[in-house]
Amino acid sequence: MEALNYPKFTPEMKKTHKILIPNMAPVQFRILEAVMEQAGYTCELLENCGSQVSELGLKYVHNDTCYPALLVIGQFLDALSSGKYDLDHTALIITQTGGGCRASNYIHLLRKALVKAGYPQVPVVSLNFSGLEKDSGFPMTLPFLHKLLAVVYYGDLLVALKAQTEPYELEKGAAKALQDKWLNTICGWVREDRGYSQREMKAAMPEIAKEFAAVPVHRLPKVKVGVVGEIYVKYSPLGNNDLERFLASQNCEVNLPGLMGFLQYCIYNLSETARLYGGSFLEKHASDLILKYVEGMERVLIKTLKDYGYHAPLPFRELIKLTEGIIGVGDKMGEGWLLTAEMVELVRAGYENIVCAQPFGCLPNHICGKGMINKIRELYPQANITPIDYDPSATRVNQENRIKLMLAVARERLAERAAELPELPRRTASAGEYSAPERLRNRARAMV
Amino acid sequence: MKIGLDVGSTTIKCVVLDSSDQIIYSTYERHFSHILEKSEELLRRAAEQYVPDGKAALAISGSAGMGMAEGIGIPFVQEVFATRVAANKLAPGTDVIIELGGEDAKILFLTGGMEVRMNGSCAGGTGAFIDQMATLLKMTADEMDEAARTAEKTYTIASRCGVFAKSDVQPLINQGAKAQDIAASIYQAVVNQTIAGLAQGRPIKGNVLYLGGPLTFSHCLRESFDKTLDVTGTCPENSLLFVALGAAFYSDQVFDLKDIANRLQTRGASETYRSQPPLFRSHEEYGAFQARHARAKVARAPFGPDYAAPVHIGIDSGSTTVKVAVIDQEARLLFTDYRPNLGNPVPLIQGVLQRLYEEHPALQVISVTTTGYGEDLAKNAFHADYGVVETVAHFTAARHFLPNVDFIIDIGGQDMKCFKIEDGAISNIFLNEACSSGCGSFLQTFAQALGHDVKEFAKLGLFAERPVDLGSRCTVFMNSSVKQAQKDGASIENISAGLSISVVKNAIYKVIRAASPEELGRSIVVQGGTFYNEAVLRAFEKEMGVDVIRPDIAGLMGAFGAALYGRSKAVPGHVSTLLGREALANFSQATESRVCGLCGNNCQLTVNTFADGETFISGNRCDRPVTGRADTGERNLYAYKRKLILGYKPLPGRRGKIGIPLCLNMWELLPFWHAFFTKLGFAVYHSPLSSRDLYLKGQATIPSDTACFPAKLAHGHIQFLSKLGLDAIFYPCMTYNIDEGLGDNHYNCPVVAYYPEVIAGNCPEIKQVKFIYDYVGLHRPKDFTKKIHAILRQHFPDISKSEIREAADAAYAEYAHHMSQVRREGARIMEQARAEGRRIIVLAGRPYHVDPEINHGIDTLITRFGAAVITEDSVSNRVDKFPTTVLNQWTYHSRLYAAAKYCCENRDCDMVQLVSFGCGVDAITTDETQTILQAGGKLYTELKIDEITNLGAVRIRLRSLFAALDEAAFSREET
Repeated sequence: MEALNYPKFTPEMKKTHKILIPNMAPVQFRILEAVMEQAGYTCELLENCGSQVSELGLKYVHNDTCYPALLVIGQFLDALSSGKYDLDHTALIITQTGGGCRASNYIHLLRKALVKAGYPQVPVVSLNFSGLEKDSGFPMTLPFLHKLLAVVYYGDLLVALKAQTEPYELEKGAAKALQDKWLNTICGWVREDRGYSQREMKAAMPEIAKEFAAVPVHRLPKVKVGVVGEIYVKYSPLGNNDLERFLASQNCEVNLPGLMGFLQYCIYNLSETARLYGGSFLEKHASDLILKYVEGMERVLIKTLKDYGYHAPLPFRELIKLTEGIIGVGDKMGEGWLLTAEMVELVRAGYENIVCAQPFGCLPNHICGKGMINKIRELYPQANITPIDYDPSATRVNQENRIKLMLAVARERLAERAAELPELPRRTASAGEYSAPERLRNRARAMV
Repeated sequence: MKIGLDVGSTTIKCVVLDSSDQIIYSTYERHFSHILEKSEELLRRAAEQYVPDGKAALAISGSAGMGMAEGIGIPFVQEVFATRVAANKLAPGTDVIIELGGEDAKILFLTGGMEVRMNGSCAGGTGAFIDQMATLLKMTADEMDEAARTAEKTYTIASRCGVFAKSDVQPLINQGAKAQDIAASIYQAVVNQTIAGLAQGRPIKGNVLYLGGPLTFSHCLRESFDKTLDVTGTCPENSLLFVALGAAFYSDQVFDLKDIANRLQTRGASETYRSQPPLFRSHEEYGAFQARHARAKVARAPFGPDYAAPVHIGIDSGSTTVKVAVIDQEARLLFTDYRPNLGNPVPLIQGVLQRLYEEHPALQVISVTTTGYGEDLAKNAFHADYGVVETVAHFTAARHFLPNVDFIIDIGGQDMKCFKIEDGAISNIFLNEACSSGCGSFLQTFAQALGHDVKEFAKLGLFAERPVDLGSRCTVFMNSSVKQAQKDGASIENISAGLSISVVKNAIYKVIRAASPEELGRSIVVQGGTFYNEAVLRAFEKEMGVDVIRPDIAGLMGAFGAALYGRSKAVPGHVSTLLGREALANFSQATESRVCGLCGNNCQLTVNTFADGETFISGNRCDRPVTGRADTGERNLYAYKRKLILGYKPLPGRRGKIGIPLCLNMWELLPFWHAFFTKLGFAVYHSPLSSRDLYLKGQATIPSDTACFPAKLAHGHIQFLSKLGLDAIFYPCMTYNIDEGLGDNHYNCPVVAYYPEVIAGNCPEIKQVKFIYDYVGLHRPKDFTKKIHAILRQHFPDISKSEIREAADAAYAEYAHHMSQVRREGARIMEQARAEGRRIIVLAGRPYHVDPEINHGIDTLITRFGAAVITEDSVSNRVDKFPTTVLNQWTYHSRLYAAAKYCCENRDCDMVQLVSFGCGVDAITTDETQTILQAGGKLYTELKIDEITNLGAVRIRLRSLFAALDEAAFSREET
C-alpha cells in the first residue's frame, strides 16, 4: 500500500515549495493567502474552474463521495496538470475539521488521488485545529491563530457590506469596486504584518463601513434571501453554480452568514463535547476562554455594522440560544447545530427566504438541514426554505427552477406586505399578517 | 387578450384568453424537444388566428421555459406558482393540489399555511416514468390504464426513483407476473413516491385537485391516489392547462407576438451549450474504424435442413431480450436468434426450439445451457443440461475471440457488466447498481421520445460536430441534462452523440471507476447489444484511448458463451436432457402468484407450472416453499444475532413501560439498554423486525428522501412504538460509539449519531409520549453513569444515583456478554464450516444490516449456496490495529477494515460487503476495504442494497464470486 508512504510536508519545504490553496470562500481566502505569505510561505489561491475540474474529480475520487471533495481534488489535479507548476516544488493545503463527517477524510482521498493521477511526490499540508496529521500539519502558533481569526472577520465584514450595498447601488459595480479596493488594502496591511490587533481593527472597520455607507443607493425593498449549507457549497461559486450571482440576477439581497461563525462553532464544540460526555476541567472550559477572546473582535464587527445602519449577525452566544427547542448543540458533525441556528437567525432577521445548499447525499445535512426544516416552519411559519442539492450532474436548470419557486413565494409576500398600504390597490390584494413598512410601496408597484 | 405558454419537459401548452379571461383557444402538444420551434409556431398560430392586432399580454412558464423566457425577454412565472394562481381563480376552496407532469411531481398545500413541494433531484419523473414502464410492458399509456382496471393484486415496486422501479418491474415481467397486476403496481408506486417524497409528513386531506397529464389520462392513477389518501379528489376541466392558464392570468406585459416569434427564431439559431470533441473528424477516420472492427468475426458453418452433426445450444434469457446460439463440435456458429423479451421469455424460447426441431429433422442435441436473468426458469421449463452464471458465459465467449483477454465490458439493454481477468479467472466484477442501470434501454427510450428509431438515432451522432457534454451519472439526471441542452439549442445530432458518450462515461467512471486505460488492461473485449451502436463503440475507444475488440456477435455473446460452456462440460456420449419434439410441442406454462406464508417474510412467490406437472418457484428468499423445510440457520451468524436480539423481552417493571426502536445502532445496543432499564424497574419494549408495512407506515414523516434506507426505517419503528401505550420512548443521540481500539477515533456516522433529532423534529407521534433523545456517550463508563442520571432524573425524579450505578454495571456486563456470545457462535460456525469443507463468507456491514428488511435475505441466500455466513464484528477482535490509508475514525467501519484484514490472513474466508444506498461513509470504506483485500490477494464483492427487493443482480454477483473462487482453488490444486 504505497499510499501509506505519502510525502510529508517538512519545515524545509517552506522555502522550496509553493503551496496551492483551494478556493472555498473567495474573499476570506484571499486574505488568508496574504497571511500565509507574510508567514514566509509561497502560495497561490487557485482560480481555475470549468468542467474539467469536476471531471478530474470524478475520475480520481469515488463518485459517491461528496461533491466538495470531487471539486477540491479536481481543482488541485487540474492545476497540477496545467504545466504551470514545478511538480517537485509544489505542495497542497487542505482544511480538516477532524469531526465525525466524512470531510475529515478529504486529505486521505486527496493523497490517494495524487498517487493515482501520477503526482505521488506532491505533499499535502493539513490545516486543522484538532492535532491531526502531526507530521504534515500546518504549524499552528498562537500569533498565527490570532491573525487567522482577524482576517476572517475582515473578510466577513467585506462580504456583509457588499451584500447589503450592491443590490441597491445606483452606479453598477460601485460596491464590488469598493470591496476590491479594501481587499487589496487589507492584504497590503497583512503583508506588512499589521492591522490585526483589536485596536487597529477598531479603527479600520468603521472606516471601511463608512465608505460603503457613502455609496449612493436607492433602497427599494427587495426579496431578502439567506444562504446556509454545507460550508463548501455554501461559499464556493464553483460548488454552488454561482448561486450568489444567480440570486443577484433575480433581484435579491443575499445574506451569507459569515465564516467566523463556523470557526466559533468548532471551538465551542470542543468544550461542549467534554460537558456532554465528560472530560477534564480544562477541556470543559478551554472553549469559553478562546471564545471570550474572539468576542472582542466580534463586538467590533457587530458594532461597526450596526453603527452604519447595516444588518449585523447575532453574537455567537446569542446564536447558540436559537437552537433551543429545535436541535441539540451536541450535533457537531459537519455544520451541525450551527446550520440550524443560522436558519433561525436568518428567519428572525427578515431573511426568511432561505436556500439550504448541500452536496447530494450530505450526511450531516440529513439531520441539521433537511431534517430541521419542518420544525423551523412550525415555529416560524414565515420561513420559506428550499433545500438544494449540488452534484456533478445535477443541472443548473433544476436547481434554479426550485429556487425560483421559493422566490415566487417570497415576491408575493413582499408585495402583500407592500399592498397593505391602503392607497395602493392591487389585483390580488389580501390581508397580510406582517407590518407594512412605508418603503415597500414602490415595490408593490414594481411587482406583478 | 392574454396568452400563457407552458413549456414542460415533454409537452407544450398554450392558452389564449379574451378580455373576460375566457379561453378562446388552447392546445396541448408533445414538443419532441423542439422547444424553440414549437413555441414559435404556437405563437404565430395564436397571433394569426385569435389575436387580431397581434398584440397580447404574454407570460411563459414551465420547467423547460425558464431559460427561453429570459433569453427573449418575456416574464417567466415559476410553474408551481402559476398553478396556484390558476387554482385560486378556477377552483376556489381547494386545499391540496397534486400535479404530475412529464418529469416533475408537485404537491401544493393551499390552506393552513401555504406550501409547495417539488420532487427532489433524485426522484425521477413521473409521466416519463409511466411512459417508460408502459414501454417495458409493450403497452401504450392508455392500454396500461385499461389493464390496471382488471388487476387483482399489486406487487411491491420501489417507490423512490424511476430507475429503481424499473429494476423491480423487469424481474416481475421475466417471472411471468400478470401485466394487469404490474400495471396497477406501477400506479401504486407513483402514488407512494409522490406521498413519500413530497408530502413528507404533512397530511393530504380536504378538497384535492388532480392536475397534469398522467392524472388527467389515467383513471386508475387517480383511483390509487384516492384510495391511498382516503379522499375523493377531482380532476377539473382544463386540468392540463392550469400552468398555462396561471401564466396567462399573471401576464400583464403586452408584447407584439410576431416580434416574439422572430426573437425565438433568432435564438434557435444560436447555440450555447457545453460541447466536447466530435466522435469522428472525417469519413476516412470512420472508414478505418469500420474496417478494423469488421475483422472480429466468428467462424460460421452452414446449417442446412439435413444437418445431422452434434450441436450445442446456448440460451441467454436476458432482462429485455432472449438470445439463442447453436454451435457445432468445432465451436462454429450454426444458428442465432435474437428477439425482444415480450414479458415472458418461455414461449419465445419454446418457439425457437420448435423451429430448430422442425427445420432440422436430424438435429442431434448434445447439450443445452441456459444463462441470464431467466436462467433457472428456462432451465427448469425445458430440462436444459446446464445453467451457468452470465458472467462466466460472457467470459467464455470473450476468451474465444481473444484468448488473452484481460478486460470485458458488456453493456446490455438493462444492465452493464464488466470484469477483469487475471490468471485466466474472473478477478473482479463490476455490475451497475440499481441507480445507473438502463444504459442500453435508456438510449432506446430517449430515441423514441425524440421520435427516432434507436439505430437511426445513434447514427445521427457519428458526425456530430459538437456533441453535448452531458453528465456521467444516473439516467434520471441525464434526462434533465438533455432537457437543458435542448433548451440551449443543441441539435439532435449533437444530443445523440452526447448520449452515447455519456453511456460510456457512466460505465467507465461510475461503474468501473477506472482512472486510466492501463488499469483496466490492454486486451479488451466489448460486447452487448449496445456496442452495435458505433457511436458508443467509438466513444468507448476514445475515452479509454485503446483499440478494442467488438465481436460481430456482440449482442449474442451470452448465448454463444453458454453454448461453448456446454460444449466443454459435455463428456463424450452425452445426450441432452432437453425436452423432446413431442414434449416440446405439448409444452404449456401456467403462472400463478401467491404469498408463501410459511414464515413472517411473506415472500411474494411466482409459481410456474409446466405441462409435465413440474413447478418452478421464484421470488422466494429461502428454500422452504420448495423443500418444505425451514432453514435451521446453523451456518448463519446473522440468524443467530437476530435470535439473540429478539430474545430480549419486557419484564414487568414497577416504574412503567419504556420503548426502544429496533433501528440503526439499537441493533447492537439493545442488550445494553434492555439490561439498563430492566434493572431500573422498567418493562422494556422494542419494535419488531422491520417489514414493508412498518416502513410504509412511517414513510410519510421522512424529511430527506436521500438518506439511507436503514435510517428511513426508524420512522416506522417510532410509529409502531407510539401505539403501545408506553410511558417513554428512549432513543439517544450518540456522537461517539464504544471504543474498540481498532481505529484513530470511535465516532458514529452522522446519521446514526443524530437520527433521533430527525425523529424529534418530524414525527408527530412523539408528541403524545415522552421522547428521551438526549446526547449520551457509552465510551466513558464513569461519566456515563453521572450524565445519564442527570438526564433521566428530569423525567423520573425518583431514580437514585446508586440505582443508576447498578443499572449501568448490569448494562455494560450485558453488552459484553452479548458481544462475546456473538463471537463464540461465530467461532463455532467457522469451526463447523472448516470441518465440513465449506467456504466462510464474512458478510460485512453494520449491526443494522442484520435486519432482514434491510439485507433482503442475502445472508440466507449465501447459505443456500452452501457457504457459512459470519459477521464482521465476530472476527474484527481477532485483528490488531493496523494503519489504513484513510482516516479510520468510525467504530463500525473500523470493524470492516479489521474483518478485511482477517480474510486476507485466512484462506477459507472471503468478504462480501453490504452497502446501503446513500451511505456516504461507505464511499470511503468500500475503496479502503477493497484495497486491503486486494493487497491480501482476495476478491472484493460489494453488494449495494436499498429498499429495492430485486435479488437478481445480487445472485449473479455471488455466483460469479463462487465461480471465481472455485476456479482459483482449482488452479491452486493443479499447480
